Amino acid sequence: MQTLTVNGNNLEVDAEPDTPLLWVLREQLGLTGTKYGCGVAACGACTVHIDGMPVRSCQVQLQDVRPEETITTIEGLSPDLSHPIQQAWLELDVPQCGYCQSGQIMAAAAFLKDYPDPTDEDIKAGMTNLCRCGTYNRIKAGIKRAAELS
Amino acid sequence: MTQVFKLSRRSFLAGTAAAGGLSLGLALPGAAQDASDSTPELNAWVVINPDNTVVVRVAKIEMGQGTLTGLAQLVTEELECDWDNVTWSYPTPGENVARDRVWGSFGTFGSQGIRTSQQMVREGGAAARAMLLQAAANRWGVDAGDVTVAKGVITGPDGATLTYGDVATEAAALEVPTEVTLKDPSEWTVAGTSVLRLDTADKLDGSRKFAIDLTQPGMMLGAVKQTPVLGGKLVSYDADAVMDMPGVQKVMQIGEDTVVVVADTWWRAKTALDALPIEWDLGENATFGMDDLDAMLDEGLTASDAFVGNEAGDVQEALSGAAQVVEAVYHYPSQHHATMEPMNAMALVTDDRCDVWVATQNAETDLAVAAETAGLEIPQCDIHRINLGGGFGRRASASDYTVIAVKVAMEMKGTPVKVIWSREEDSTHGAYHPTTKARMRGALDADGNLTGMHIRISGQSIFAGLMPFALEDGMDPLTFQGLQAESTEGEFGYTVPNLLVDHAMRNPPLRPGFWRGVNNNQNAFYLECFMDELADAAGKDPLEFRRGLMQDHPLHLAVLEKVAEGIGWDTPAPEGRYRGLCQHMGYGSYVAAAAEVSVDDRGNLTIHKIVAATDPGHVVNPQQIEAQIEGSFAYGLSAGLLSQVTIEEGQVQEENFDTYPIVSMWEMPEVESHLIPSGGFWGGVGEPTIFVATPAVMNAVYRATGKRIRELPLNKHDLTPA
Ligand code: FES
Ligand code: FES
Repeated sequence: MQTLTVNGNNLEVDAEPDTPLLWVLREQLGLTGTKYGCGVAACGACTVHIDGMPVRSCQVQLQDVRPEETITTIEGLSPDLSHPIQQAWLELDVPQCGYCQSGQIMAAAAFLKDYPDPTDEDIKAGMTNLCRCGTYNRIKAGIKRAAELS
Repeated sequence: MTQVFKLSRRSFLAGTAAAGGLSLGLALPGAAQDASDSTPELNAWVVINPDNTVVVRVAKIEMGQGTLTGLAQLVTEELECDWDNVTWSYPTPGENVARDRVWGSFGTFGSQGIRTSQQMVREGGAAARAMLLQAAANRWGVDAGDVTVAKGVITGPDGATLTYGDVATEAAALEVPTEVTLKDPSEWTVAGTSVLRLDTADKLDGSRKFAIDLTQPGMMLGAVKQTPVLGGKLVSYDADAVMDMPGVQKVMQIGEDTVVVVADTWWRAKTALDALPIEWDLGENATFGMDDLDAMLDEGLTASDAFVGNEAGDVQEALSGAAQVVEAVYHYPSQHHATMEPMNAMALVTDDRCDVWVATQNAETDLAVAAETAGLEIPQCDIHRINLGGGFGRRASASDYTVIAVKVAMEMKGTPVKVIWSREEDSTHGAYHPTTKARMRGALDADGNLTGMHIRISGQSIFAGLMPFALEDGMDPLTFQGLQAESTEGEFGYTVPNLLVDHAMRNPPLRPGFWRGVNNNQNAFYLECFMDELADAAGKDPLEFRRGLMQDHPLHLAVLEKVAEGIGWDTPAPEGRYRGLCQHMGYGSYVAAAAEVSVDDRGNLTIHKIVAATDPGHVVNPQQIEAQIEGSFAYGLSAGLLSQVTIEEGQVQEENFDTYPIVSMWEMPEVESHLIPSGGFWGGVGEPTIFVATPAVMNAVYRATGKRIRELPLNKHDLTPA
């Protein structure tokens, strides 16, 4: 048994210590908003925040998460879609299929903290998550809109 | 002008009201779930709740392309309800069968989502409106012609008002009208506008459940491994080696070529599967590699036998009498769909029932396949449609996920089992974009006029690999997409007096499939890059050269002129930037693109901008079409710039996004979209623009570097200046 702090809750987890955090979140904790895309750190669909930093959760094993670390998943980003990224995404109809968007939103939310007034070049360099539907230009516009809303 | 359409009885349900008089023609079980006392169904497309919410039934599936919202807009337009009250639901294919396919085809592919159902859904909306107005008129004892409606509020001659919700129950008991008048698109106020999608909010907080996310009490999870080589077989596996691993329930062979480990979580199932000793007989394809593929396709380029797809005049004579013959060989490699959500399906099978929860573009096929696999009758089965985490044709090409999930569930009757492909298994067991080469030959006369052209395509047929019953005397007509004469689907846009387009079918051991854009992708690349080669040989500007051949193809030409104007073709490009353009027709729409690029002194390409134009006949939601154009460019340019599926020793080499790179934010160009609907026809929008991004970019790359890119992807080529 290991205790994780996820979205403000202390949760007991019963999984093998080398289980990726992605699958602990999805299968042990039922937080399926965090997505499996590649399992090899290539797509970003599994992005969550650990202590506010964006992390590809397929690359973090359960045993590597320290008890004092706090994990935020897409389900915990805001209680009511009120995060500026979520607001901007709604306003601009950013998602297509939506599968990558949990990861995109978590990556964008972390990016926006580092770059509160980002240029196109900042966004191009900083947003590396893949979207097979090709929503990139709206993601870029969405981040800029979120910067205005923040 | 308004159009009057006769409604066929088939379009609607029989006019007899079911028990309670609340719904129409709901004699069959399974259809009544939205038709309880509180939710009168006006017809198959429209349910109106007492609280005025309008449920639009959607036969097509949503995979990000926006069809769901577009169809709801069309219903709303004719129904004249309040868009803010509109919501949606999916009938199941089982319900469709039970109701004599009242919803038509569920198939969502070929950019058909809107164009093949717009008529039915608009009629559905109009018929429901007529019934609702009649019900209000009856209540007031006035003539239906004397009542008006706006946003679902009906007003009588004396100013009294009723809402749709107030009269829905009475309306549902009325006769279905046999004739309705549809609005002319010029009168649209909801359709044709950039309303926001109906299905966004739950994609923003993790609450949207994709098929891969579904759970059920007692559910077990399956991890799957299939033969690494097409045609290979499973020889043996050592289940005992993994049965003691955490969570493992069962190890099973499925068919001749598949092993599945079932555990209480997918991660445990996959971990055990990775540890499972398996022996394969890889079969006769186990030596096939890229050299074999090359040789196979090269042989077909000059083979004497070929299927003829389009022919005019005498091309051999034109070539032998030409002042100049231009010749080039092009190649388009295999591609994987790489939907962001890997293949998966959940099935629950009992002795007399089979249910499948699956993301599919063609649920009726999955229903048939599930029933056949389970050995049950169709009414004993159903498919629960879940929105797709990407489709792009993969989830319309083969129902392999449904078959395997049902077979696994048959081994564990009464237990819901969800089978998930790892990214690696998904990538190596795709339904790949067919690979072909083309030998292009053009005959120019002394004035640089194109007098003849021979396009010899050599390579893979989708129909042959996926659905041989669709071949026509051995020929795959789909091979010639966009190169055919006089086709409303995709017509060759040039007048060439002597023309031959033919196909030497050569099928490598890779399962083919329908990949967004399908055969238009390579056909547009071959033709439109070669057109630039011909223009250069003729000493003409690429736009001017095309124009001269397009006088009988005004709609093709109109989109081309539009992008030329948008990119500023008549004015010089900024210092260091170069331009290319192209056009193509497919899925009933005319599309063109113009790209502006630069290549730096280390050979790095930047695509600064692509201007796109599309004429889909009618436009239902401009901002969603723009999203589709951008998305299609990201998808098409992935193949143009970065990715390919290769095969060695019979095995697909690219297992994940690290070796199968796709366009990311970094490569994505600015896109400027022009929608120029000319009316009179309904074309698709999900795919067509995908054809034109790559040829426009490659034509611009030539201007920038002097290098003709005849083999994709671009990253195989060194663009460093000499
Ligand atoms: S699933 Fe973790 S980066 Fe792709
Ligand atoms: S929205 Fe479909 S993968 Fe990004």
